[in-house]
Amino acid sequence: MLLIECPWCGERDESEFSYAGEAHIARPLETEKLSDEEWANYLFLRKNTKGLHREQWNHAAGCRRYFNIVRNTVSYKISGSYKIGDQGPKIEEQGPKSGKQGPIGDES
Amino acid sequence: MSKYSIFSLARNALSFHQNWEKAWRSPEPKKQYDVIIVGGGGHGLATAYYLAKEHGIKNIAVLEKGWIGGGNTGRNTTIVRSNYLWDESAHLYEKAMKLWEGLSQDLNYNVMFSQRGVYNLGHNLQDMRDIERRVNANRLNGIDGYVVGPEEIKRAIPALNVDAGCRYPVLGASFQPRAGVARHDAVAWGFARGADKYGVDIIQNCEVTAIRQENGEVTGVETSKGTISAKKVGVVVAGHCSVLADMAGFRMPIESHPLQALVSEPIKPVLDTVVMSNAVHGYVSQSDKGDLVIGAGIDSYTGYGQRGSFSGIEHTVAAIIEMFPIFSRVRMNRQWGGIVDTTPDACPIIGNTPVKGLYFNCGWGTGGFKATPGSGWVFAHNVATGTPHELNAAFGLDRFTSGFLIDEHGAAGVAH
Repeated sequence: MLLIECPWCGERDESEFSYAGEAHIARPLETEKLSDEEWANYLFLRKNTKGLHREQWNHAAGCRRYFNIVRNTVSYKISGSYKIGDQGPKIEEQGPKSGKQGPIGDES
Repeated sequence: MSKYSIFSLARNALSFHQNWEKAWRSPEPKKQYDVIIVGGGGHGLATAYYLAKEHGIKNIAVLEKGWIGGGNTGRNTTIVRSNYLWDESAHLYEKAMKLWEGLSQDLNYNVMFSQRGVYNLGHNLQDMRDIERRVNANRLNGIDGYVVGPEEIKRAIPALNVDAGCRYPVLGASFQPRAGVARHDAVAWGFARGADKYGVDIIQNCEVTAIRQENGEVTGVETSKGTISAKKVGVVVAGHCSVLADMAGFRMPIESHPLQALVSEPIKPVLDTVVMSNAVHGYVSQSDKGDLVIGAGIDSYTGYGQRGSFSGIEHTVAAIIEMFPIFSRVRMNRQWGGIVDTTPDACPIIGNTPVKGLYFNCGWGTGGFKATPGSGWVFAHNVATGTPHELNAAFGLDRFTSGFLIDEHGAAGVAH
């Protein structure tokens, strides 16, 4: 069972939360100008990092707010949680270094 | 290599079964191959087997970072069926089903394919409408199946709770008689032995660390056992396909999730078919050894840890007890997890990639085992000819750009 720290409510059991996917994927602003490829990148392509991963969770059975955590996807160890819009803890970025993801800001 | 038969069994009995020859060699890798298959699971080994048998390419290496069949091939709940809704997937899985039906004879290896049928239960009116739609679609595609009511289900599966008063009453089910289960390890071993017979080198404990390419063409791979060159590389690594794609310089529309399964202590025969339910979200069968083989849904978060969450176990057994209250005091023996490569439309990705000579077969998500021979069949064609087989043409990476998704979530997204 993961022990997840909600930035508002503190540490709670995993079962209070729902997972909401990779963090820091901003919806492109002028979607009508995107090519099919860029749109597909935004909708479907994911880092799927093996290692430290920035991801969104929702405290579904608590304050119901979204926030981000940094979690190791191999050991499942969580090394920090932070509010949406914050930078979060500094980590050595892992996962895909190559490959494009269209117009999406990929830095955290 | 000797053929397995009643005579070879009798001959080896005379020497107390001490002299069976190894089912496959364990050679050191050569410097160069015509084709390298990365991933020695069922799909990878089947690909190598059909490349050698159907396409005459025999200078092949299968590179496996652990031991063959040690990943999802050895971690699933062994259900085989082909009752998928959409034409594209129905044809692909039905091809696999036809291969399953002759597989033990073809491989001269008993994969213990048992066509004991699969029931997909419906618990509300919409479930039943979807089931009727799917069964009709299946029959139009030449796939067997019919809709059964609660009385017939009760007759076939006495242990199942079909009381009208329960939380999720059973209103009916779809039944595919030709579906069933197979012995997962035997599938890996049978394909390995079959491929080895044609001269395929199966190299275990050999992890691929980089994919070499020049001018957009693949030239080989770097491994923990040195550099191996090949003009064609087929990647069949399930949960790790994003890692391999990253080595090659592109991204996949895939997220890897843990999926767990459990087996109980062996008990006397109680369930002679396979029961699946999308609504209560679980599936169960009984192995020949007597254990109940139980599975359910993936963990919500991504992960490469090959273990499932505790809350996942609770949800899984709750679903099974909902269907079979009689199992409430059966003790669980073992629990384990595998890493499944899920796609946005719950359908696999089989075909060419942005790198010439590099082919991917992945994205089977929670239900790849049933497709093992069919997957190998079409992927062998794709690797040998450089163009997709007609059965996997719709499953290319380009469908995420064109928007031609094959949305099997309704029929396949839950239970396999």
